[in-house]
Amino acid sequence: MAAPSLWGGTKIKKLCISCARFLLSTTRQITIGNRQNTGPYTTRNHGVNTHIRNFSRTSFLFNGEFEWQDPKSEEEVVNIVFIERDGKKTQVRGKIGDNAMYLAHRYGIELEGACEASLACSTCHVYVHEDFGSKIPDPVEEEDDMLDMAVFLKPNSRLGCQIILDKSLEGLELTLPQATRNFYVDGHVPQPH
Amino acid sequence: MIRVLRLICACPCHFGKRSRLLSQQSAALPGNPKICVVGSGPAGFYTAQQLLKGNSLVEVDIYEKLPVPFGLVRFGVAPDHPEVKNVINTFTQTANNERCRFLGNVKVGEDISIQELKEAYSTVVLAYGVDADRVLGIPGEDSQNVLSARRFVGWYNGLPKDSDLEVDLDTDNVVVLGHGNVALDVARVLLTPIDSLAKTDISQHALEVLSRSKVKRVTLVGRRGPLQVAFTIKELREMTKLPGCLSVLHKHNFHGLDTVSQGLPRPRKRLTDLMYKTCMAPTGSGPRQWELQFLLSPTEFISDTNNRVSAVKFAQNRLEGSDLETQRAVRTEETKEISCGLVLRSIGYRSIQIDDMLPFDTDRGVVPCDSTSRVVDSPGVYCSGWVGRGPTGVILTTMSDGFETGKVILRDLEEGVLRQDNIGGVDVIRKKLETKGVQVVTFTDWNKINKIEMSRGKSVGKPREKMVNIQDMLKAASS
Repeated sequence: MAAPSLWGGTKIKKLCISCARFLLSTTRQITIGNRQNTGPYTTRNHGVNTHIRNFSRTSFLFNGEFEWQDPKSEEEVVNIVFIERDGKKTQVRGKIGDNAMYLAHRYGIELEGACEASLACSTCHVYVHEDFGSKIPDPVEEEDDMLDMAVFLKPNSRLGCQIILDKSLEGLELTLPQATRNFYVDGHVPQPH
Repeated sequence: MIRVLRLICACPCHFGKRSRLLSQQSAALPGNPKICVVGSGPAGFYTAQQLLKGNSLVEVDIYEKLPVPFGLVRFGVAPDHPEVKNVINTFTQTANNERCRFLGNVKVGEDISIQELKEAYSTVVLAYGVDADRVLGIPGEDSQNVLSARRFVGWYNGLPKDSDLEVDLDTDNVVVLGHGNVALDVARVLLTPIDSLAKTDISQHALEVLSRSKVKRVTLVGRRGPLQVAFTIKELREMTKLPGCLSVLHKHNFHGLDTVSQGLPRPRKRLTDLMYKTCMAPTGSGPRQWELQFLLSPTEFISDTNNRVSAVKFAQNRLEGSDLETQRAVRTEETKEISCGLVLRSIGYRSIQIDDMLPFDTDRGVVPCDSTSRVVDSPGVYCSGWVGRGPTGVILTTMSDGFETGKVILRDLEEGVLRQDNIGGVDVIRKKLETKGVQVVTFTDWNKINKIEMSRGKSVGKPREKMVNIQDMLKAASS
């Protein structure tokens, strides 16, 4: 097996049992050497705590780990689309119960999650396509309070971490808001080396 | 078995620590762009994250004056807001990137100059935030128990330089000057039942003083009106839900605001509505209370015979201007006096000039930079976060600023504006620091401090007991 590039271009040659098991379970999703899967997002749920817990309680899923599991059957599949800040559309094959923010992390979408879904920030702010607004439960008071801090708030604004997929959300489109400062008015976008 | 695993795993997991230990001490790679970031708070880490992600060769070295990372996430975020500190996990992942180094206990401007950093790196990113207070400049400001809220926050959060702050809570009444989130944070800490605070990572010395507190009433005073408050709704809502604490908002301040609020932007509307609702149907009850006072500018601190503050004199203001949210306060002849035994001044922060070489805007208290984060008249130097933008906004604001700054630097690297050859990077700086006898704390060293703090916390039922002495930190780091 070729060495997968998990973060920042590091080539993994040796892994401990838990990492290997984790990687094997997700090999199909990790495109080998693909830049989309570099960056800090892909490993965020695979830190120290996950490891320790995995050894003692394999059934325990740490924040975001569930989203790294593939749908077990077609009945579970919920396809959604992320539209990134540059307009790029990314089709994502999620499943019932997935948290949209952690799913975005898995697929390298530039959506942060500073407070890790604890309703203490608004870094996972997204716009929900109008066809789906009524299919997602109304925000709780804490989510509304955090949305008030979001930049470019719109009536269809939600926090990605509060969107849990179910069958009614098949085809859901989530658009990421613009950054707060637009430097690239001349259309120049820096390309990675 | 664990020992064996630790040796082999290349993943940034528990067992990969050993490999990271090596990378923390690794030498800079010749030819790669090298960037140094001054300050390891949210601005520094978010900028680093963007840089590492957007360019697969760039190396980022984060310099921090304290031996411990994370800046205001560790020393500013209130101890009863642990969820906000979850962002430390993201920062830790950035620090564990093999192209990222943390160099703690290095005072830029003292141990190493900006000029030396400019010579050793392609780019210098200033992300050291704001470290000083705005002062009122009114008589009696040096009275005992007139404290800066920033230092008070540092005191309960275990900031080494503020851990010896003299805080006297042997008083019924406290006046907090300011209507921002820091003002609400300090008020909440003063009024929260001690048993709740004891379960947080609040510093032990502060917990002891707070457990003897006699404070019953905290009055938050602002120079403008309810429509101009700077605090946000989450913090306000927490105040309305404090156990054993009555909310006191005066009806004459809120008359008619239910109608006015209908035409306001959503965040201001919801905030105003919550204040209005709390005013008309006060929440909470109990021995303690918090109060909002508006349209008052402090003019003098009055002290008793022991030079301890006993009251604050205010001038009554009225508002001028057509735009409701930006109305200005204008003083009138009317005055008011509020008696108190402690004043916490929370009227904003200023940054500081850490090196004579850097330009500094003394009026605004920031390093002057243009809208693209480039520091004026300083090619190759950039600002990220509060040091250039001023102390406003939530973590999201600083995150966006860090990302944007990172993108500007990546573009300048791409276009060849920044030097990439013949730069020594971390090796040159390490040698200089070694000559000066500076003990550099790596991220691996920080993990040792972290571990000790967590285990100390565990023994007293807290998530963490922070070390407050720099020598103790350095000792733990070198253990």
